[in-house]
Amino acid sequence: MIPAGFEYHRPADVASALAILTTHGDEARVIAGGHSLIPMMKLRMAEMGHLVDLQDITELKGISVDGDTITIGAMTTQHELITSDALAEAAPIIREAALVIADPQVRYMGTIGGNVANGDPGNDMPGLMQCLDATYILVGPDGMRPVAAREFYEAAYFTAREDEEILTQISIPRPAPGTGYAYEKQKRKIGDYATAASGVMLTVAGGTCTSASIAMTNLADTPIWAEAAGAALVGSDLGEDAITAAIAAAKDAIDPVADNRGPVEFKMHVAGVILRRAIDRAIARAG
Amino acid sequence: MSKKFHVSTTVNGDPVEFLCDSRETVLDVLRDRLSLTGAKEGCGTGDCGACSITVDDRLVCACLMLGAEAEGKSIETVEGIAAGEDLHPLQKRFIEYAALQCGICTPGILVAAKNLLEKHPDPTEEQVRYWLAGNLCRCTGYDKIIRAVMDTAAEMREAS
Repeated sequence: MIPAGFEYHRPADVASALAILTTHGDEARVIAGGHSLIPMMKLRMAEMGHLVDLQDITELKGISVDGDTITIGAMTTQHELITSDALAEAAPIIREAALVIADPQVRYMGTIGGNVANGDPGNDMPGLMQCLDATYILVGPDGMRPVAAREFYEAAYFTAREDEEILTQISIPRPAPGTGYAYEKQKRKIGDYATAASGVMLTVAGGTCTSASIAMTNLADTPIWAEAAGAALVGSDLGEDAITAAIAAAKDAIDPVADNRGPVEFKMHVAGVILRRAIDRAIARAG
Repeated sequence: MSKKFHVSTTVNGDPVEFLCDSRETVLDVLRDRLSLTGAKEGCGTGDCGACSITVDDRLVCACLMLGAEAEGKSIETVEGIAAGEDLHPLQKRFIEYAALQCGICTPGILVAAKNLLEKHPDPTEEQVRYWLAGNLCRCTGYDKIIRAVMDTAAEMREAS
């Protein structure tokens, strides 16, 4: 039982959902899979007069791969990301990351839209979306606006999304054929958030790295796209010197805090180990 | 706030209607309104899996789904696993192998394991362990549970 009362709405389209948000302002919140918000409501850490359930809005569901663009509806579940053959072919790193999120029960309900919009620094998809240079589509009373994942996160649970906006869709540029990829995550047990996690995408031509993108998860109060770390690989032969430089650059960009996953020194160390593994695996997969 | 939702659903194959408050979860409804107390509240936050049920064949935590969300859906709980007096092969193996001690996690694990075997009749041990990762047992150490599921899978493959 959730202690505080609220009114439950289940609109059938985005326009109706926006109308409820506009009427009730910050008294209303949308709910996607509910696996972050419902526990928060039970613990009285989140309270709202109106809960707007998005599950009946079919326009928010589905995965499409169209030429150079992958489009994922916000209400697509982690399970659907894992089982989509089209997505596995176009961007297999998404399946790799979704498989290390939580457990089957959570993955059947948890959505990519909720995962990226919540602003929880422990979530895996925000860093991955920064690695992939995804764009989030926000729809509000004044229409639609795109925001780059790399620009979206301001602090823990604070994002560029306004209260009256809904994140409806994620647009991802399809990685070039032969792009090496890896999402590597260290966690205390299955279901846990990362002690450190890293997403790496890179391309290699004639033994030289031609592009690289590196993002780090749960190592600051936002996901970190480590631009300088990627830049340290580009133009190199991906040898030890370049990898060491990339790890040093990534460590400069993160700012972990001590918690029950360990002290800062441990997290910095694990971040380096995880990034090295991710880079190694991405290199092995690049073709 | 006092508005009640009239929800029509299917529970273990039977049509069921209930009234619930927006604050009630499916677990609250099952236990307090429908007297189906097999699904347990362990953590209430989706970590332990003791409340595992299936909703439209998806394995979910009943504690994190609102009762109002169940409208039009098909729910299966541990009470629907046995055919009358005849226990499901999983239930027989769990007894035979003593794959439980205190029993709180057992209904959720049985629901999760049955759902796995319906999707993957020939799972590897690794698949079983990863599938049951969302179901915590603090007594058994999991080994007997995993063996019970693996051997039930083999038995059901032979029988089919």
